[in-house]
Amino acid sequence: MAEITLEDIIKPENLVYTKTKLMTDKVLSYCPGCGHGTAHRITMEVIEELGLEEQTIGVAPVGCSVLAYEFMNIDMQQAAHGRAPAVATGIKRVWPKKIVFTYQGDGDLAAIGTNETIHACNRGENIVIIFINNGIYGMTGGQMAPTTLPGMKSSTSPFGRDVQTMGNPLKATELVAQLPGTYFVTRQSVHTPGNVRKTKKAIKKAFENQRDGKPGVSFVEIVSNCNSGWKMTPRDSNVWMEENMFPFYPLGDIKVDGQLL
Amino acid sequence: MSELKLMKGNEALAEAAIRAGADAYFGYPITPQSEVIEYLMAEKPFDRTGMVVLQAESEIAAINMVYGAAGAGKKVMTSSSSPGISLKQEGISYIAGAELPCLYANVVRGGPGLGTIQPSQADYFQSTKGGGHGDYRQIVLAPASVQEMADFVRDGFDLAFKYRIPVLILSDGVIGQMMEKVDLFDPIPRLTDDEINEKYPWATTGKKSGTERRIITSLDLDSHKMEEHNHKLQAKYKEITEKEVRYELIDCDDAEYIFVAYGSSARIAQKAVKLARAKGIKAGLFRLITLFPFPSVKMFEMCGKGIKGFLAVEMSAGQMVEDVRLAVKGCSKVEHYGRYGGIVHTPEEVLEALEQKIIGG
Repeated sequence: MAEITLEDIIKPENLVYTKTKLMTDKVLSYCPGCGHGTAHRITMEVIEELGLEEQTIGVAPVGCSVLAYEFMNIDMQQAAHGRAPAVATGIKRVWPKKIVFTYQGDGDLAAIGTNETIHACNRGENIVIIFINNGIYGMTGGQMAPTTLPGMKSSTSPFGRDVQTMGNPLKATELVAQLPGTYFVTRQSVHTPGNVRKTKKAIKKAFENQRDGKPGVSFVEIVSNCNSGWKMTPRDSNVWMEENMFPFYPLGDIKVDGQLL
Repeated sequence: MSELKLMKGNEALAEAAIRAGADAYFGYPITPQSEVIEYLMAEKPFDRTGMVVLQAESEIAAINMVYGAAGAGKKVMTSSSSPGISLKQEGISYIAGAELPCLYANVVRGGPGLGTIQPSQADYFQSTKGGGHGDYRQIVLAPASVQEMADFVRDGFDLAFKYRIPVLILSDGVIGQMMEKVDLFDPIPRLTDDEINEKYPWATTGKKSGTERRIITSLDLDSHKMEEHNHKLQAKYKEITEKEVRYELIDCDDAEYIFVAYGSSARIAQKAVKLARAKGIKAGLFRLITLFPFPSVKMFEMCGKGIKGFLAVEMSAGQMVEDVRLAVKGCSKVEHYGRYGGIVHTPEEVLEALEQKIIGG
């Protein structure tokens, strides 16, 4: 019996999954095991599925996802560190019918950009904010972030985060949920297929809210791993995330249709 | 329709923004330029032309809103005063790096630090030598009247889009606050969305099918590409230096002594020229209109034509005077005179300085 070759398998009729055309062919710069790639993909899938690619403008932050525009095959602007919500405000105010989103990490959104985040959310800008929280500064080499857990080790808290001297981790998502200008606030993860599906649904809801002109920011936090920064294998990092990050940053919707749950 | 009005400099700037067809203004209050956003909010350009006016949470947010809107092809501006302009420098560096067109105004007050709310010209270095990080330049226009506060908004936007560069209107507390008559230019319609899409193939307005996506960024991790990008920027600055120098010469034809000044100091020096002439001193005024590009070529040319000395008059401890010295390359005497920290010099003080530092010195 003849051996089955790759060419026998790679046929249109066998196609069960394909990459969205809104992701470029460039190889992702993220570490293997990191959640960014999945978060990018489902965001782009949502934009494609909703048919919004011709009217969407994304804003990339400073951090690991600073090069998001290399991977997302749509019009993009790269913002200064923390300023993405202000940049998005500028775009949305002059092009109110376009779809505008930011994609930000925890250092960007919850430390240097706290002011821009809170005020964009409080003004009720009609934008989507996707917030990747991995509790660490990944790109600069694993320093303590505003969301680093108490006792958690990082290169600038090598003996663990001492909240007495280093302050407490910030729950930015609970904070913005309290503001009248947010319409949808949720916290999700992308570490299991089930969670990926839930997160994609949440992102879809966020973009639908903006498309339908629902008043205010739709804010999706994705608690994610940073296996390199946490100095763990990808698998261990996901277990650690479930055991340590989720109790502090519980998953689920916080505000839906402008109502706190 | 053009219209004659009595206005404050700050109000003229705001009215000119509406008339220039600006799409948006993002600002934050600070003395002595708060009238800009106050005028715009009261005038409701959102009803008149559809122009957006938004009070941001900080100067930092305002300049980043400018970045976003400019990156999406719109005609946008902001304004502030010295401490607020310092906060904007990060954003301006990004705007320069990403080659976005925008206009902003600095109604300068005395510094350093929180300084004072009185007029000053001590932000010359910041305006012309960088301000933010990296090798970049911006076009700097220095109005010396309320009329120019209005006209330079129109001209500034034109230059900003011609070169895709930030343009700064460097005013000061005198020009911003004083009232003069101003002949307001005819309104220019805002561009339609289709016109923006057609005119600005770099603007992020949503990727159309079959076209390449557009990216606004100042980043390239490949240093060789970043060097190339810098070469491109430098070539642009060179072209601007060759083509966009603006200045005005007043009573310079037979002059032996030249005041070099811009903004409100130029108005004061113009009076000092009259006082000098009344005393038989042949003085003239070289009024700078563009501070970058600096009119070095013309200044050097004048040097060899019987000029016995230049007095740089500026409300600072001596900043512009460095560019005058560089321009004349030692061929003539150059001195500085100015009050600073919020004090405005008088024409008499300026004339006295000429007599002591140049003529008698």
